Amino acid sequence: MSYLNLTLSLVFVLIPILLSKTLNLGLEKDTVIAVVRSTIQLLAVGFILHFVFNSKNYIYIILMIILMIVAATHNARKKGTSIQGITWKLVVTFIFIEILTQGILLGLQIVPPTAQYIIPISGMMIGNSMVLGILFLNRFTAELKNHQDQTELILSLGGTPKQAVHNQLVSAIKASTIPTIESQKTMGLVQLPGMMSGQIIAGADPVQAVQFQLLVLFLLLTTAVVTAILLGFLSYPTLFNERMQFLKERIQSE
Amino acid sequence: MEAAIRFEHVNYSINHLHILKNLSGIFPKGKITTLVGPSGAGKSTVFRLCNGLRSANTGKIFIHGKLITDYHPVDLRRNVGLALQSAPMIDGTVLENLQLPLQLQGKKLPESEAKHLLQLVGLDNSFLHHHANDLSGGQRQKVSIARTLVNRPKILLLDEITSALDRVSQQDIENLILRINEKFGTTILWITHNLQQALDVGDYTWVMMNGELVESGKTSLLESPTDDRVREFVKGDGTN
Ligand SMILES: Nc1ncnc2c1ncn2[C@@H]1O[C@H](COP(=O)(O)OP(=O)(O)O)[C@@H](O)[C@H]1O
Ligand SMILES: [Mg+2]
Repeated sequence: MSYLNLTLSLVFVLIPILLSKTLNLGLEKDTVIAVVRSTIQLLAVGFILHFVFNSKNYIYIILMIILMIVAATHNARKKGTSIQGITWKLVVTFIFIEILTQGILLGLQIVPPTAQYIIPISGMMIGNSMVLGILFLNRFTAELKNHQDQTELILSLGGTPKQAVHNQLVSAIKASTIPTIESQKTMGLVQLPGMMSGQIIAGADPVQAVQFQLLVLFLLLTTAVVTAILLGFLSYPTLFNERMQFLKERIQSE
Repeated sequence: MEAAIRFEHVNYSINHLHILKNLSGIFPKGKITTLVGPSGAGKSTVFRLCNGLRSANTGKIFIHGKLITDYHPVDLRRNVGLALQSAPMIDGTVLENLQLPLQLQGKKLPESEAKHLLQLVGLDNSFLHHHANDLSGGQRQKVSIARTLVNRPKILLLDEITSALDRVSQQDIENLILRINEKFGTTILWITHNLQQALDVGDYTWVMMNGELVESGKTSLLESPTDDRVREFVKGDGTN
């Protein structure tokens, strides 16, 4: 696609802006900000990737991944939750997800060890882990708030902190991972996944595109479940002190 | 008089609110002590400290002569059983609620035992498989009492356990607690809003107000209080 064509595609930006103006929806400013940001960010990433792919140096790949983890942590922390010390827990989770998925992919030689594979797949995994992390933490804190009485009851009967939050932990893990699992059941029926569509448009063989999409879907299952479980088990101990007392106030803020 | 629980200059604050103020006193071993006083006096907080759900900021609490912090929290909580004021239920049947204390230890309460417990608190066997969320306030209180008994605690903390019960059920529970006290020598601490109940069941009484212990001693002190505030409180029939 040429830059001229890309410029012409701005028509699709004008349509919502005009509609918003006419109907007084007040969406113009955010639309413009979104367009400017996505353009700058994606072009920058494009150039960086171009550079990284050509340099063939693993240092740059690792730097890119570190950057992704920092950005994902920043984002999740901001939108996330009131659980204390969450930053390093998110970092640990993202690093674990990255090592687990890339370790298996490269270890079993499912994909070649090149930037072309490592970087996009890492991006998808860390990005999804971030979204899932936010979903999980919101759900977990909500469950804890709604079931404070049960938590305290179990502690009062001589239960451990883990027993006291077990049900809330399981509900939150389930609730946050079910959308990932459910969405895969209708995959391909209603809409084609974005990555696969992009590959097909770029001229790839559809069957090849499907193969890669399946790989990504399977990876997302691992990412979703592992993120929720890991984050859950890293988070709940901060809600208790060494006398096994439930620190309600740690989830009360906000 | 031997103390089951001893408070020495206990202070407890939360969010900069001073809730218990320099509390000192004892709960005699093997006896029934009632705790009375207006809402917000800090009675439930005393129980949370005794059961180890909270820790005092300053001061000392001794359980059977040993500093409370020298107990492992799990041992402490099994030995100092607490029936919480709100009688919370876990999501499940009455049976599952009764099985909870042993389930937490990886053991299983036989259904026959559960039936026996229901009978003790005056609830029909047919409730065993009812969902706990479907119970009335009074029925929940009965299940909560039965559940607290499962660990066979040496000290029993009862937080307004009959507040939602009718007259007859209330009397049944009072008799049950008196029997447990007599048969097992269990030390009982009982928070009640009902001064008549305090007089009926209690050997000793703590009168708390505003986070302080204003009077304590034989329950008969409620009939002739020395402190003006207590006299006012008793005149208002403990309901203010
Ligand atoms: N978690 C808490 N946060 C803030 N205040 C609390 C908390 N728990 C209890 N309190 C306050 O402590 C005081 C004593 O409460 P409580 O022990 O429940 O009194 P009682 O059982 O005598 O009615 C009340 O003023 C109550 O509002
Ligand atoms: Mg209370």
